[in-house]
Amino acid sequence: MAPLYYSITTEEQNVSLTILSKSAFQEFVARLLPHYRVVGPVPHDIGYSFEEIQDVTELRMEYPTTILPPKKWFLPPKETLFKFTRKNGGVIQDPPETPPTVILGVHTCDLHAIQLLDTVFSSGQYDVHYMGRRKKTLIISIECLSPCDEHSFCKDMGTLTADEGYDLHLTDLGDSYAIDVGTQAGADLLQNYSSSSVATKEEIQKLNAVINAKWPKFSYRLDFDVSELSSIMELSMKSPLWEELGNRCLACASCTNVCPTCFCFDVKDEVELDLVTGQRVRNWDSCQLDDFATVAGGHNFRASRALRQRHRFMRKGKYILDAHKHLGCVGCGRCARACLVNITPVSTFNELYRQQETGSH
Amino acid sequence: MVTIASYPQMQTGTIMDRDIYAPGLGTIVNIRPLTSLEKVFTIQLPEGQSLGHRPGQFMEVSVFGIGEAPISISSSPSRSNGTFELCARKVGDVTTALHNLKVGDKVGLRGPFGRGFPYENFRGKDILFAPGGLGLAPLRSLINQVLDERNLYGRVIILYGARNPGELLFKDELKAWSERDDVELMLTVDRGDEAWTGNVGVITTLFKFISIYPRNTVAITCGPPVMYRFVLMEFIGKGISEGNIYLSLERKMKCGVGKCGHCQINNIYACQSGPVFPYKEIKGLEEAL
Ligand SMILES: Cc1cc2nc3c(=O)[nH]c(=O)nc-3n(C[C@H](O)[C@H](O)[C@H](O)COP(=O)(O)OP(=O)(O)OC[C@H]3O[C@@H](n4cnc5c(N)ncnc54)[C@H](O)[C@@H]3O)c2cc1C
Ligand code: SF4
Ligand code: SF4
Ligand code: FES
Repeated sequence: MAPLYYSITTEEQNVSLTILSKSAFQEFVARLLPHYRVVGPVPHDIGYSFEEIQDVTELRMEYPTTILPPKKWFLPPKETLFKFTRKNGGVIQDPPETPPTVILGVHTCDLHAIQLLDTVFSSGQYDVHYMGRRKKTLIISIECLSPCDEHSFCKDMGTLTADEGYDLHLTDLGDSYAIDVGTQAGADLLQNYSSSSVATKEEIQKLNAVINAKWPKFSYRLDFDVSELSSIMELSMKSPLWEELGNRCLACASCTNVCPTCFCFDVKDEVELDLVTGQRVRNWDSCQLDDFATVAGGHNFRASRALRQRHRFMRKGKYILDAHKHLGCVGCGRCARACLVNITPVSTFNELYRQQETGSH
Repeated sequence: MVTIASYPQMQTGTIMDRDIYAPGLGTIVNIRPLTSLEKVFTIQLPEGQSLGHRPGQFMEVSVFGIGEAPISISSSPSRSNGTFELCARKVGDVTTALHNLKVGDKVGLRGPFGRGFPYENFRGKDILFAPGGLGLAPLRSLINQVLDERNLYGRVIILYGARNPGELLFKDELKAWSERDDVELMLTVDRGDEAWTGNVGVITTLFKFISIYPRNTVAITCGPPVMYRFVLMEFIGKGISEGNIYLSLERKMKCGVGKCGHCQINNIYACQSGPVFPYKEIKGLEEAL
């Protein structure tokens, strides 16, 4: 994907670009707080996470990555689908009440992942739970200017920038943010709650300089172009690598739990102490867990860790792309950071590529 | 505002205001035990609605407080008459709770889901059914559809196997089929008992007794996971083409609507693209059989 601002020259100033000084940005967020649930990156002892903030000082717009992606605000780890009463077997639908929400500081890899999830939950059978939250949420993303850490491979996956999926998109110019308006809702938000100004010639030049300086800081880590990934995966069904990964994998599901593009779930009933009312809940599930594909009678369609690792990487590199026209991996590196036995997408994809190049399977 | 869900209709396109996970309600109007493990439930929809299903499709059946399970529709559209039948084997939480329900009780229902049999395309052809065990439950829907418009089809051959005589399902219907001269029914059991005088052996041992005209035959199977490869070899051995072989595949299913990921066979969602597949379509899939 072409970098967003490469083409903006001073001659093309009609591209509408807004500037908000850092102090005006703080004020903007402070003005949102009474009207919106505001979520953004917040520091913790073990890293950053997307949390609801009460005060703008909690927010860290410059952060390496979060442990969990912003996904949890649309697809929570556990949620009630509906309540029921066992008395007359009735389903009680409480329309989900999501307050209007603004999520700040979303990196572009996560933005791409949200676009995938939007497609998954809005196409075919429409999921009112995910989409109900999603439609009430405005996303203010931010351009990454340096890699989160050695595990990121967003540049390879084409997610180091984004040209859609946000309501507003920020680029840090030092003492101000350049703001690209993505939607009318984003424009209204700026209009109603901020004192932004139109970018000057100098500010646009500065933006160009910042963007031009950023790309060389990110290195390519895949040994092939991402457009080849799907066909590499297709030819890798019988690779000996799966057995190797299966022997190492602990089946702990950390990799899928932290992944912004994983969306598989389990559904269960919970009954209240009165034994009459209860709720049907959905929980995040993981294809890495032993009984994910086990049916009555005990037959497990993916009984080995090798088959489950293969399934996970096939989804990331091919199946999701086939089904939803978005790559199933956005290169955020979270699974690589989380895995105790160092199973990573980059080394997996590169090894499959190497095996094919050398004809070793 | 609190609303009680009405019965979810067959969906075409995207309906944005309805919760795809919220079941409607049906009333159990009859329960018929078949064996010690299987019961047939006759279910009525509110206001005489008809289910509008296709043989091979399934329902997500809820017992509130226990959970939800996918169960095939065992009755044929030709006999719907405001009700439909589910044949459920008691194997775990939901199916046990279902077995404990009584006539008049309500169950939660979503569906019908999935792709059923394109039986209109089978007209004029001979049909070879080879269900194993509980696999008769979904195939019975198609068998009865075919028998109710019998003159539109060629031969109807049914090879049915169960582990022992006590596990044969729908014995009254098996008897009726065996008495018809336009149905060729053969039964087998893995292990017989004193009273059993029929064939003993797995279902594939029946194939040597039949001769068919492969170019005009559609072959259909459904059964426990281990059965498919062996039955397929028999179908192919008889010369039936891959496009004329249909399999109904079981997978773990949680949502039935292509989201939860449990039913995936490689890149295919069995709940939506299946459970009925022409063999031609899934032949190349590593995880299919
Ligand atoms: C398309 C389809 C059609 C089916 N048709 C019939 C039918 O006509 N009659 C019938 O008796 N059974 C049918 N089944 C199987 C039935 O869905 C399972 O037996 C049932 O889900 C078990 O639920 P449980 O709560 O009773 O068992 P549980 O207590 O949940 O578990 C028992 C075992 O079943 C497995 N299991 C749990 N949930 C599911 C699930 N959703 N799908 C498959 N396995 C699961 C568990 O992993 C465990 O090994 C069908 C399954 C599918 C996918
Ligand atoms: S597979 Fe790993 S790197 Fe790719 S999106 Fe998921 S967590 Fe990020
Ligand atoms: S995090 Fe690593 S060890 Fe755990 S399931 Fe994923 S690949 Fe296996
Ligand atoms: S059953 Fe959930 S995706 Fe098929």
